[in-house]
Amino acid sequence: MPESINILQSKMNHTKLKNNMQTDLLGLSPEILLKWYDEMLLIRRFEEKCAQLYGMGKIGGFCHLYNGQEAIATGSIGAINPDDYVITAYRDHGLAISKGLDPRRILAELLGKSTGTTKGKGGSMHLFSREKNFLGGHAIVGGHIPLAAGAAFASKYRDEKRVCLCFMGDGATNIGEFHEALNLAALWKLPVIYIIENNKYGMGTAVDRASAVDELHLKAAAYNMRNEVIEEGHNVLKVYQSVKAAVDHARKTYEPSLLEVQTFRYRGHSMSDPIHGHYRTKEEVEEQKKLDPITLFMGILTDTNLASEDYFNSAEERIKSIVDECVAFTENSSEPPLEELYTDVYAD
Amino acid sequence: MPVVSYREALNQAMDEEMARDERVFLMGEEVAQYNGAYKVSQGLLAKYGPKRIIDTPIAEAGFAGIGIGSAMVGLRPIVEFMSWNFSLVAFDQIVNNAAKMLSMSGGNFNVPIVFRGPGGAAHNLAATHSQALESLYAHFPGLKVVMPSNPRDAKGLLKTAIRDNNPVIFIESEVMYGEKGEIPEGEYTIPFGTGDIVREGKDVTIVSWSKILQHITTKAVSRLAEENISVELIDPRTIKPMDWELIFNSVKKTNRLVIVEEGWPFAGVGAQISHEVSNHCFDFLDAPIERVTQEDVPLPYVHNLEVASLPNIQKVIRAVRKVMYLD
Repeated sequence: MPESINILQSKMNHTKLKNNMQTDLLGLSPEILLKWYDEMLLIRRFEEKCAQLYGMGKIGGFCHLYNGQEAIATGSIGAINPDDYVITAYRDHGLAISKGLDPRRILAELLGKSTGTTKGKGGSMHLFSREKNFLGGHAIVGGHIPLAAGAAFASKYRDEKRVCLCFMGDGATNIGEFHEALNLAALWKLPVIYIIENNKYGMGTAVDRASAVDELHLKAAAYNMRNEVIEEGHNVLKVYQSVKAAVDHARKTYEPSLLEVQTFRYRGHSMSDPIHGHYRTKEEVEEQKKLDPITLFMGILTDTNLASEDYFNSAEERIKSIVDECVAFTENSSEPPLEELYTDVYAD
Repeated sequence: MPVVSYREALNQAMDEEMARDERVFLMGEEVAQYNGAYKVSQGLLAKYGPKRIIDTPIAEAGFAGIGIGSAMVGLRPIVEFMSWNFSLVAFDQIVNNAAKMLSMSGGNFNVPIVFRGPGGAAHNLAATHSQALESLYAHFPGLKVVMPSNPRDAKGLLKTAIRDNNPVIFIESEVMYGEKGEIPEGEYTIPFGTGDIVREGKDVTIVSWSKILQHITTKAVSRLAEENISVELIDPRTIKPMDWELIFNSVKKTNRLVIVEEGWPFAGVGAQISHEVSNHCFDFLDAPIERVTQEDVPLPYVHNLEVASLPNIQKVIRAVRKVMYLD
């Protein structure tokens, strides 16, 4: 069943979240905050639509949903400029939406249409956009982590101030490429911000069963790298605040950071996997959902009088129509022509 | 024409291309302060400084990946592997990121990068340090594979590689670095996919490349000439793309083919050449195609076993005599 953020549920959870409710809006304008709300809701509804279409057999392959982690995409990418780079692993739909990729083209990609972000060649795990400086969408765990340092290297080489945000799962911190890239980024002072989305399980393996260090941000210490843990990964403002500080630091000094954002994924590892099972209980999932990032943000916007129930209802309608439009766009798109098989293998 | 070593030819190519294009930089182990493990980058640090001539730690996956990431956003790196054997710890980067990026991103990001360094056996380096990996890399769509056999080709092909908009696997030879040859005066490049007829002949076509061509095949061809066997020797120079027309036309003339390569036999480059020639020149062949390769074993350290495993002059002569039904 898709996760829903109905108003009733939000009121129930509001009480639980009330204790640490944030009222400091960090100087962010109401326009930005409401845009962030809409964006997080769009990611949630987009992913619910993906789940539905996957269940109908319209999306093939592996499909990793972002439900529960929305505050990370929105808060992080809210802290950078359009010309900054973003790169991530295979759980990439939400980050791609936040980086400004057209959600219609993302959905078209998932359904293998020629109008997709990579013309149907990459699928769910390989979203890309040169125009939006979105460097993928990478499906081999850890393989993209050096690429991020490379984009940051290029920025510094050209005396630019662009930074690269590199997202990864907790499982990626155990692979060699993570360590080689962190060492090089710190050694050469490359303006890259590594962001671990610690959703507590690498597929079905809990962090403490995979990593000798369960405070993952501490791995930066081996490379003398600035690091921080963001325990409230469900709070878009907290994520923004920490990422912004890391970005400002990188622009000023070229120095990298490693941020660990604690979060939780509502769905299974991919659509092929169960939501709960041998590795985590139903109760744990339900308990975590009480820290829902969208519900929390509704509370913040309500408490600070920036939005009311009317706003949330209208946002729900707006987002629904965007998602409907994505589906319509995709349905009106065709599969790539067979000649496409031989293009994009070598550049001219 | 100037005479330079293979090493100097490569150095000139990098130097000229770095002078020509600010986006080109070199990184790898010992390329800067040490002036290169094999001195291929001699003098470049002094000329271009540490921003563009960059020493790396021993972390091939890390620095190969940094090269690829920088190429995605517009730089043109040359990544030196101290030996192609060490590329295997960067295999994920080369195969999954460099080779596939353009396709997987639907044309969004190409990767203009050169990976270069010495490949193949030197002397007594044993199994992990003696591998000829061209067939491995040629297997992957998206990569180009270049194997120059002399200073002229080394310079012209490396300049082409640096200007290419794709990932290029550029395999040199440790034992050829000091060998000298003539190169053209001034600026020149050699396009990929154009092989070279090293020696014209009429009885048998031999396709061979890189060090084995220079050290083994040409010597065998001279000996065969003494027996009045006329070999047409073809150096494809680039393994991928391969100059098929040149090979097919030669085989159509000589009606016999021997392929001499350093790599192992199974799924080697010669296997592919053999298949293509069988398909395109079937009616022209007067004998089954022969291959001379390394034995299908990890290369031992000790000299006598090393020599026994690698292609040698006698093996080439035997293969040629066999396709001519002389034995």
